[in-house]
Formats: sequence, structure tokens, C-alpha cells
Amino acid sequence: MHIPDGYLSPSTCAVLYAGAAPFWVVALRRVRRIMSARLVPLISLAAAFCFVVMMFNLPLPGGTTGHAVGMGITTIVLGPWASILAISVALLIQALFFGDGGITAYGANCLNMAIIGSLVVNVLYRAISGRASIDSPRRIVAAAIAGYVAINVSALSAAIQLGIQPALFHDASGAPLYAPYPLSISVPAMLIGHLTFAGLGEAVISGGILAYLQRANPSLLQATSGLDAADVGWRMTRPMWIGLAALMILTPLGLLAAGSAWGEWGVEDFKDPKAREEIAAASHNIAPPAEAPKGLEQLSSVWTAPMPDYAPPFLKSKELGYIMSAMMGTGLIILAFLFLDAVLRVTSRRRKEPGTP
Amino acid sequence: MTAHPFIERTLAGFADALEHAGTAERLADQKGLLQRLDPRVKVIGALLLILATMCSRRLSVTASMLIVAVALAWLTRIPLRIVATRVWLSVLFFTGCIALPAAFTTPGLAIWHLPLVGWQITHQGLFSAVQLILRAETSATFVLLVVLSTPWTQLLKALRALRIPVTAVVILGMTHRYIFLLLRIAGEQFEARRSRLVGMLSSEQRRKIATSSAGVLLDKSVQLSGEVFSAMQARGFRGEIYTLDEFQMNPRDWFALTVFGVVTIVALFLGMRP
Repeated sequence: MHIPDGYLSPSTCAVLYAGAAPFWVVALRRVRRIMSARLVPLISLAAAFCFVVMMFNLPLPGGTTGHAVGMGITTIVLGPWASILAISVALLIQALFFGDGGITAYGANCLNMAIIGSLVVNVLYRAISGRASIDSPRRIVAAAIAGYVAINVSALSAAIQLGIQPALFHDASGAPLYAPYPLSISVPAMLIGHLTFAGLGEAVISGGILAYLQRANPSLLQATSGLDAADVGWRMTRPMWIGLAALMILTPLGLLAAGSAWGEWGVEDFKDPKAREEIAAASHNIAPPAEAPKGLEQLSSVWTAPMPDYAPPFLKSKELGYIMSAMMGTGLIILAFLFLDAVLRVTSRRRKEPGTP
Repeated sequence: MTAHPFIERTLAGFADALEHAGTAERLADQKGLLQRLDPRVKVIGALLLILATMCSRRLSVTASMLIVAVALAWLTRIPLRIVATRVWLSVLFFTGCIALPAAFTTPGLAIWHLPLVGWQITHQGLFSAVQLILRAETSATFVLLVVLSTPWTQLLKALRALRIPVTAVVILGMTHRYIFLLLRIAGEQFEARRSRLVGMLSSEQRRKIATSSAGVLLDKSVQLSGEVFSAMQARGFRGEIYTLDEFQMNPRDWFALTVFGVVTIVALFLGMRP
């Protein structure tokens, strides 16, 4: 996943450096505020650990071996901001010292692995481990899943950066100037390797080290456990709620997109001449069948959405409809998770109560 | 074949890293062209040349930049064998594997058909694949030349010329130093484990050994950072960082910087022409 020099255009590299820079600044400020003078040795040693752990040959299920980035366990032990700094430093030394990852692509590599990876691990580990005790097996599962998903999200981000290159940068004859594969190739090619070997490697190292620390030094897991009184509630989740609100407000941006999403056609679209033109345009000018497929017609009547096309019937404004749909969808997901959380709490309380069968 | 290949491979990786560092230190002490230059000139020069390589849209210009890199390696007395083994072969293998299919998958003017299978190689695909390989090889060679011709401490100090915050530079320096300590500790852990192992291990046992070793290393790293901090405090460290900046540009450095600048401008001019 270490993108070398030459795969991304200079302008893409500049944008990704600019994208990573605010995270570095915030991370440095936050870690300095907490650690003060301890910042330098702690980040140095953590970065050295990341560097060395990336060289570990990990035996994976299935008899093969692989390598991990270490983003999972670094985030769990140090927190996301210190992890961003430590992995960024490790990546820079890798790029300079071993030529693993490019100098111009350093911003992209940091954004993918250090920043996106650490933030995804932070959210998932906290969400899955919840209020489980430090020695709970649930935390091992949480660490493994967080590591697995984080490295795959990082890989997806790298695949998107590589996949947009041929569309944006090509010469007059159409020859790609940088990474040559479109998204349709780069995304599956990148994800196949990460959904299998690399993902497993990250899951094994995250879950395995966490299991070891639970036995050997549980105090290292305390900081990001979510069990400290000061660390729960609004303060901890504030950035997530603000981000969620911003995304909800931005949902009407979807109205700017021309045409319909490929493959998301309704039965009525096959009858509407304008929609048929859009389907053909999105399908390399292949005309859709004259009538809607019979199976589609039958299945479409099985369930009727209460708010089709994100437009509640009682609202005239499309923009408001989008925002309201986003709010209701998010609310339903939160309710589902609250219900799941309540069920898990009841189950775990019953298990702890003596005499419960 | 050894009974525990994952331990052998990990130890081989550690040994390779230490050998790489040893080679870099030895080459940085030689009296070649780049070794005589101010590290700031080398860092800025390499970045300019990499930028010109990245912006090049013409194969001839990208290939010329690779020739510039080879000439610099020769003048710097860095054996081409080292450049070939450290960069060219690995980049050729890695980027080649990625780039080669592009010659067949990129739509465009067919220039040749593979016998038997009939796959067509397009002009656009071949151009794209060769350009990618050449660009990756050239950029990696420039980075390697700077790293092999500059002691690490001076290289870090030169990064200050790029306005990288002093805290980041100090962290980089300390990380580099402690990487070798942690490599040694991890190597000893694996050696100790290997010496106690008899017979075959199950896959789960092997995983447990690897992850427990990594866990021990993490535990030691955090403990060590506390000890290092105490040692730094005992020597008067209160969070402020000062560095000695004894670099001084001489006429040779200015001349080299001008040459790097001129080569970059010419390459940008020729390489970006439609």
C-alpha cells in the first residue's frame, strides 16, 4: 500500500499533502498538550516500534505469511493523534531509508495509513469494545476487526487515489501519464490483497498484541478504553456528531449529479423516454430493454419505500427532503445500535449474575 | 528447509536493515561529488530533480533524468551494483508487475499482437507502462543517492532548510537511533525463541509467538520512552529544542545548486511540452 513516486501526479500529491497537513498540525498540538515534554521520546519510540513491527513476518491462517502496518495496536495504546504522528514518522523513515513509498507520495501514504487508518481504528475499536472490561475477549475481537477494517479502508483510499489518475492525467492520445488503471481495476486489485492477506495480518497483530497486553501489562490499554469518566459522553463523541451533522446538511449535493446511478433504475424508468436515454448514456450507449425485466417488476411490488427517492411526500422542497431523509436514516441506525447495545448489556449482566443459568 | 521459516525470514529482514544502515554510513564517508556538497543543496537538488521527473510527459526526458541519476551515482562513487540491487531490481519487479498489464488493458492503437493468445499491445498502454517504470526508477534513484551520500544526522539537519518543524526533525533523529536498538532487541527475542524451539509448531502457536514478541517489544518501547525521558530531564531537557546549525554554503555548493536548478528547468520545459 506504500505508493511509490511516479504513480500519482504532482498536483494529486500536492492536494494530498495539503489534506494531511491539518491532521499533522492538530495531532502535534493535541499530543503536545497532553504529553508536554514527553512527546519527543514517546513518539520516537512508538515510531521506531511501528517501523520494526512492519518488518515482522506474521504467520497467517492458511499457512501463508504477511506483514502488518501496526496502525491498530498503535492507535489502541497511544490514541489516534499520537498514532498519526508515530506512523507518519515511521513512513518517512521507510521512504527515505528503504525507498519504501515515495517522497512525493508521502502525503498520500500518510493520509491513507497514518491518518485514515488511525481514525478508523479509533472509531471502530471504541464502538465495538464499548464499556467492556480491559481483560474482556470482546476487546480482542474489537482490535482485530478495527485493524482489519482500517487497513482495508486505507487500501480503498489508496486505490481511489490511483484509480482517478488515468481519467485526470493523460496525453493527447489518451495514454495515462501516471497510474494507468481506472477505478474499475484499481479498487478490486487493491482490495483483493487487503481483504485477504494484509487485512488478516493487521487483524492478527492487533488482536494478538492486545491479548498479550491484557495478560502482561493491561495499564497500556487503559488510555483509549473509554472507561475513564472524563473520556465518555459528549466530549469524546463531539467531533463525530459535528461531522455527522455536516454530512446531513451536505446531502442535497446529490441533486447536483446528472443522470441516474447505474443499476439503480426503477420499473417506471424503463417506460420514461428521458430516463431511457439516461440509462443508455450510462451504459456505453446500449439501449435498455423495451420493457422492464419481469423479475424486477415482480420484486419491486414486494416492498414500497415510505420515502421513495429521498423525497417525503409531504415536503415540496427536494433539498429539505434529502436532509430529512438523512436525519431519519441516521436516527434509525442509531436506534438500531442502541437496541443492540441494550441487548448486549442485558446478556452480559445475566452472565455475570451468580446463579443465572 | 528450516522448521520455523517465519523466524528466519524476520531475522533476515532485521539483518538486511542493519546491513543497509552500515553500507549507507560507509558510502557517506567516501570522497565523491555528492558527499562534498552541503546536505541542504543535496536535499533541495534531489527534490527539484524528482519534481522534474514527475512532471515529465515525454519518455525521452524521463529517460534522460535516469541517465542524470546514473551519472550522479558514478560521480558520487556509489557502485551501480548497490543502486541496482537496492533500487532498480526491486522497483522493476514491483512496478513492472503493476505496469505491464497496462500495455494490454489500456485502450488505444494496437501495435502488436501476442502470438497464440492474440492479446493486443497498444501504443498508449506501452507508453504508459514504460513511463511509469522509468519515472519510479529515476525518483527512487535520486532519493537513494541522497541517503547514501549523507550521514543521517546531517540529512535530518538539512530537513530544517525545508522549514520542517524542529520537533519533527528531533523525533526523526531519535526514531532512527532507536530503530536500531529495537531491531536488536527484537532480533535477540527471536534468536532466544529459536534456540528454545524443538520440533514443529502449529500455525496458531507460530502466530502466538509472533504477536507476543511484538507485544513485548511494544511494552519495552513504552517503558524505554519513559526512561529516555527521565534521562533527558536529568540532562536539563524542559521541552525546548535547540540544534547546532553549522552548515555553510561555499561556491561549490552554489554552483551545484545552480546546475540542479538549470537541469530541472530544462527538464520541465522539454518534458511538459505537448
